[in-house]
Amino acid sequence: MIKKHWTPPQFSMRFVHVWRRNLLVWRKLAIPSMLGNLADPLLYMFGLGYGLGRMLNDVGGMSYIGFLAAGIVCSSTMMSASFEAMYSGFSRMHVQKTWDAILNAPLTLDDVVLGELVWAASKSFLSGSAVLIVATVLGLVPSPLALAVVPLIFLTGLAFAAMGLIMTALSPSYDFFMYYFTLCVTPMMLLCGVFFPLNELPAAAQTLAQLLPLTHAVSLARPLVAGEVPSSWLLHIAVLAAYAVTGFYIALALTRRRLLQ
Amino acid sequence: MSANAPLAATGLRKSYGTQEVVCGVDFALQPGECFGLLGPNGAGKTTTLRLCLGLTDPDAGTITTLGHEVPAQAREARQRIGVVPQFDNLDPDFTIRENLLIFGRYFDISDALINARIPDLLDFAGLASRAEARIQTLSGGMKRRLTLARALINDPELVFLDEPTTGLDPQARHVIWDRLRNLLKQRKTLLLTTHFMEEAERLCQRVAIMDHGRIIAEGAPDDLIEQHIEPQVVEVYGEAAPDWAERHGRAMSERCEATGETVFCYAHDPAPLITDLDSRNGLRYLHRRANLEDVFLKLTGRELRD
Repeated sequence: MIKKHWTPPQFSMRFVHVWRRNLLVWRKLAIPSMLGNLADPLLYMFGLGYGLGRMLNDVGGMSYIGFLAAGIVCSSTMMSASFEAMYSGFSRMHVQKTWDAILNAPLTLDDVVLGELVWAASKSFLSGSAVLIVATVLGLVPSPLALAVVPLIFLTGLAFAAMGLIMTALSPSYDFFMYYFTLCVTPMMLLCGVFFPLNELPAAAQTLAQLLPLTHAVSLARPLVAGEVPSSWLLHIAVLAAYAVTGFYIALALTRRRLLQ
Repeated sequence: MSANAPLAATGLRKSYGTQEVVCGVDFALQPGECFGLLGPNGAGKTTTLRLCLGLTDPDAGTITTLGHEVPAQAREARQRIGVVPQFDNLDPDFTIRENLLIFGRYFDISDALINARIPDLLDFAGLASRAEARIQTLSGGMKRRLTLARALINDPELVFLDEPTTGLDPQARHVIWDRLRNLLKQRKTLLLTTHFMEEAERLCQRVAIMDHGRIIAEGAPDDLIEQHIEPQVVEVYGEAAPDWAERHGRAMSERCEATGETVFCYAHDPAPLITDLDSRNGLRYLHRRANLEDVFLKLTGRELRD
């Protein structure tokens, strides 16, 4: 019985219907949703970038606001994917029973969870891209290499959506998500090089940071925004992809255990 | 079991932990009939439905739904089934029309075909004037009718209805019954679970009574009444009823049951009971024909199921 939940996923293209359903809901609230998603990261970027930036000559060889912009692109992607996969996903799964309704149609739970994963990544893609566009308009993005950040945002979104879906599969109520935010999301915000270079941290914290997905997203985004090819880029991509794939597999198995009793 | 049964289950078993909730269930539906699965809460009705839809795997037994082996081909089977779940799960983010459109897409039906079906479904549900209304503004009865309409978006041959009228007022309930009869006229096969015996008697050609995971009786409602129970019932009410039953009623009836201050006397000939009761003041009574509820209570007992 336990083994059964861990059988490999079987997908059909019907996951697209789940994605489209969520898109239709989002379209009804697109403007407030986009503003909400943008306000928070931009406040960080301007508040800290200009405020703190005046006291710092350069950070990692660039202006502080330029340094910060790449970090905020990644952190806002993380936030948006996590919120969508957890709070909104939990609403659809547990509160509104939207997933139950879908499972009475010819979709499987594998289709539903995949649809939710891709949707949460898509929504976070909008948030991350919006920050990147604002940074570009402000002249903080000097090189066309930054175009490579666009697919990176989506990959980062997949990784965090997958982890969020694990929490959703385990959660008894909305309150549960606070643990994840306090124990995982906030530490990543502070330890993964969003606000300051990793090498300012004690060695042990640096080692820990290397295990976290946000570190790898930032390690790719920052050089790209500055116009450089990131060192060991293949490793960073591999870590993010591993978080996305493994996270999704665990999330799917736990959701099967929860719903297919 | 006929080969062309829209749904046939044999030897179904399902356990959760150490508790077996479906313990060897066999049944088969005939095309175009309404088959009722009756039972107290926790009898295993909803689990049986979930097994037949392929939403959970049986520990043993086989299920054939519209020619597809379930759970192996559950996706193909569900393509041709409609489901009215026990609890409304309409999409609160959408209007009535959008609910039907989005649900139709889950079946890979083209938007053009769904949009062509929507007016008829709205008429069927009596919601034609409310197509753009949001779900939160609907009454319980409207939501149930919309859920029924949604279950028909794929023009299913077989419709599962899990307690479709629970929580509805009598008006709303009668409308749902009328719509279900309409579906039977269209030669659709219905599988209905309910614990309203009146509902089962009105709609079902055949019923199976389920308790503790087993089917304990099966047949046409009238046949079950004839087989299992005395044809006449006298219900006696009031503080004095239990005492009267002990002294007089029990001797005059073939079977006599009490719950609180109500006594049920079952008999082939109720005349002596009625003569006796008419001669006494202070005892109210009701004489009626035996019904499916009497059979149900006899077979499953009167204790509460929580």
